[in-house]
Amino acid sequence: MIFSLIQRVAQMLFVMFGISVLVFLIFFATPGADPAARIAGRNASPEILEAVRKSFGFDQPIYVQYLTMMKKIFVTGDLTSFVNRGWKVVPAVMDTIPVTLSLVIGAAVLWVVFALLIGIAAAATRGTWVDKTLMMLGLIGISMPVYWLGEVMNLLSQSRYHDTWLFSWVPPLGYKNFSDDPKGWFLTLVIPWITLSILYIGLYGRVLRAAIVESLQEDYIRTARAKGLSETRILLRHALRTSLVAFVTLFGLDFGALVGGSALLTEVVFGLQGVGKLTYDALLNLDLPIIMTTVLYASFFVVAANAVVDILYMLLDPRVRTA
Amino acid sequence: MSGPLLEVVDVAKRFSVGTRFSRQGVRIVHALDGVSLTVMPGETLGLVGESGCGKSTLGRCITRLYDLTAGTLRFAGTDISSLSQRQMRPMRRRIQMVFQDPYASLNPRRRVRDLIAEPLRVHTKMSEAEISRRVAELLDIVGLKPDHAMRFPHEFSGGQRQRIGIARAIALNPELIVLDEPVSALDVSVQAQIVNLLADLQERLNLTYIFIAHDLSVVRQVSTRIAVMYLGSIVEMGSADDIFSRPAHPYTQALISAVPVPDLAAQGSAKRIVLSGDVPSPVNPPSGCRFHTRCPIAQERCRVDRPALTDCGPGRRVACHFPTDVVHTA
Amino acid sequence: MLKVRDLSVAFRTEQGMVQAVDHVSFDVGEGELLGVVGESGSGKTVSLLAVMGLITDPNAVITGSIQYRGRELVGLKPRDMRALRGKEIAMIFQDPMTALTPVYTIGWQIAEQVLAHQKMSKAAAWQRAIDLLAEVNIPNPQEAVHRYPHQLSGGMRQRVVIAMALSCNPALLVADEPTTALDVTVQAQILDLLRKLRRNHGSAIVFITHDMGVMAEIADRMLVMYAGRVVERGKKEELFLAPLHPYTRALLDSIPPLTGVKPKRLRAIPGTPPNLLNRPPGCAFAPRCIERFEKCSAEPALGSGNHTAACFHVSA
Repeated sequence: MIFSLIQRVAQMLFVMFGISVLVFLIFFATPGADPAARIAGRNASPEILEAVRKSFGFDQPIYVQYLTMMKKIFVTGDLTSFVNRGWKVVPAVMDTIPVTLSLVIGAAVLWVVFALLIGIAAAATRGTWVDKTLMMLGLIGISMPVYWLGEVMNLLSQSRYHDTWLFSWVPPLGYKNFSDDPKGWFLTLVIPWITLSILYIGLYGRVLRAAIVESLQEDYIRTARAKGLSETRILLRHALRTSLVAFVTLFGLDFGALVGGSALLTEVVFGLQGVGKLTYDALLNLDLPIIMTTVLYASFFVVAANAVVDILYMLLDPRVRTA
Repeated sequence: MSGPLLEVVDVAKRFSVGTRFSRQGVRIVHALDGVSLTVMPGETLGLVGESGCGKSTLGRCITRLYDLTAGTLRFAGTDISSLSQRQMRPMRRRIQMVFQDPYASLNPRRRVRDLIAEPLRVHTKMSEAEISRRVAELLDIVGLKPDHAMRFPHEFSGGQRQRIGIARAIALNPELIVLDEPVSALDVSVQAQIVNLLADLQERLNLTYIFIAHDLSVVRQVSTRIAVMYLGSIVEMGSADDIFSRPAHPYTQALISAVPVPDLAAQGSAKRIVLSGDVPSPVNPPSGCRFHTRCPIAQERCRVDRPALTDCGPGRRVACHFPTDVVHTA
Repeated sequence: MLKVRDLSVAFRTEQGMVQAVDHVSFDVGEGELLGVVGESGSGKTVSLLAVMGLITDPNAVITGSIQYRGRELVGLKPRDMRALRGKEIAMIFQDPMTALTPVYTIGWQIAEQVLAHQKMSKAAAWQRAIDLLAEVNIPNPQEAVHRYPHQLSGGMRQRVVIAMALSCNPALLVADEPTTALDVTVQAQILDLLRKLRRNHGSAIVFITHDMGVMAEIADRMLVMYAGRVVERGKKEELFLAPLHPYTRALLDSIPPLTGVKPKRLRAIPGTPPNLLNRPPGCAFAPRCIERFEKCSAEPALGSGNHTAACFHVSA
């Protein structure tokens, strides 16, 4: 157990190192890329370029620049933005994390609960119109782009029907801190949660149904029937339990990616200052320090989510425990 | 009399499972542990034993599908134990293999004609016309109809698929065929057809067989000599008649007595020896005699001292400290 | 106790109806061991799955009558069938490697069945699981209940499946090739165990196998099935010593002997079993039969005697 934990941490450090080097090299070592020119703006005079180079430290060997940046992120924590000098990057990223976590965790709860319900209901009624309708709805959910759905939700809840009883409770766009205003926090996030989770409800519902239907073909289901168990018990205790592995795998990957910034589109649409939005803005400005920090943060979450999935595997499947 | 066609000397095969990072670390499976035997031209050597005894591994080592961990393999006087895959190619024409599952060993998307022609295309420079002639001839030899050539494997029954597998194996006129459970997946009535076919082909084409099976009555039927394996080693060897009528090793005795016989008259006469427990894991084989954990006559000595395969009569070898005296009881 | 009359099971497929079981009738007496032999596709498993009410394929059409202690099982409400299944009629399957749910301990799985049919506390059910494991000769049952299926060998898993089937003292046990997937020495152990359990519990057993040797050892009476029909029925001794149907004879002849003189060639049955899809009329074995004559183009019926065969040579 301790051994595999150490292994995990080592793996995470390796991934983070690899990604940071890659991002750094794309920025600095791509042929024709001159960060100073980008920072100084178009048609800058050679003198200005030279000054920029010196003040940002671009005149130093590349590995020194890399090490300096890593030191500023992890040790001193005083890395500053290239675009907005004096703006400390690490606290900026830290500020966005609660926003993204609030959004993603809430949506994840929604999508796990509803995907379980849909997947089980569809598997239990497989072949009937209930199953077909649920699967069709799932497909529609998967097919709706989140930025479009988000805009439609905004249109309905913020302007078109805002004054009706249905949406009058919806607060203006933006994020409220949980500690300052728990009710506001909840209300501002309800619509984003639904928007983000719809795609995943459709996807996970369909995946779960397929996995359950597959495991219903197994020999041990026949044994369970021969034992005289009820169909409900067979479905929930025997078929569902063995089908959760696929579900958990997907969940780990998606959750890690979303927390790492993939919820960007939802954040932009709903004006939430999350990690995705921050990265997006930084990419527009080619603001390396921020990109570097968010990318490292994202890779940390992806690896951490995978580690959690592995632990869940052990709980779900005893064969993994002893292997 | 000419020399042996195949000599297997002290062959060992170990597999490693797991990685350094898994909980139990790297574990070594001792699949084969110092196996020696010879096969004379024209005979059928039967390899019997229960699952995990290493009989299939031995078959795959002999055809060099697996590399040996240790030991020597001589085919017709040539050492083939360390030939590279490229150097093995001319040898492959002479040593062929037939597998248990005719369903899995034939590519489902190719026609029977192409399946049988494949070894000819790979190993010979025959023209297309010669190949079609040869395929037609092979189909006839294994008892399939000419119009079967254009069909796909799924259109055949299990027995017919095994015939296709056999046609492939004999296409290049090999000298030795390793048959790995060739009839185990078939129904009894069809099994007898294939057993007969194999016997006919052996006579007609001068083939030498190594016949691997867990079904003792089938092995007795086809084999001239038999080697009984347990946990990676040979425990007893001898002519088929001797092994069945006077087994010397307690494992062989138990194995034979455990087979249910479809003969009510024979039922009462034979005393059954029911072994307790399961075959131990080849990852951690028992000390001394591998069989001592289940042996009804095991003594203290068997726990520490591993018996070697020694002569115990004409053509008989047994690996036991206390073998039944086959010469005197006979 | 079990009376099966004219049981037919057909499956609708895109190519037409597949008649897997065709007018099969048989009886099982209290405490009796009925052996059902046949090759793959002979309908032996499907007919017993029908008795268990375990054919869930919506394309299956089941007709005929299955009476268990006077109760009709064909068309029985799923709820009532469930109450019977596992309690009075239990089943053991062929492949012990896949017959147990991989994610639960074996104790949990045995206790689950006990609790499904009997009112008792969880602790009592757990104790029952331990007792059952001891009864099927699993060493160290106290500890073994906590094991997961993958931690046990094939023979041990089959013992667990048997323990589970016995958990409610069923009156009828259906065993579908319970030793086929096992090694001979382990098969001998399991057959011994089944004999012992039969003595202790007195359950009637329907034992399906393709192995005539296993039949010779344990059966009281036997059914021989071919292409979905019963071709011969009788006491074990009658069937082995004086087989009536050419198929039974051919089947016995095609097995290589383990003792005595080795025949030069085995007496194989030519050809392959018929396709059950849109099968032609007449005796299904006729195309492979060395004794066929004009009459065989019609369908032979099984006689009413205790030892009888569906063959015109016999009934004529």
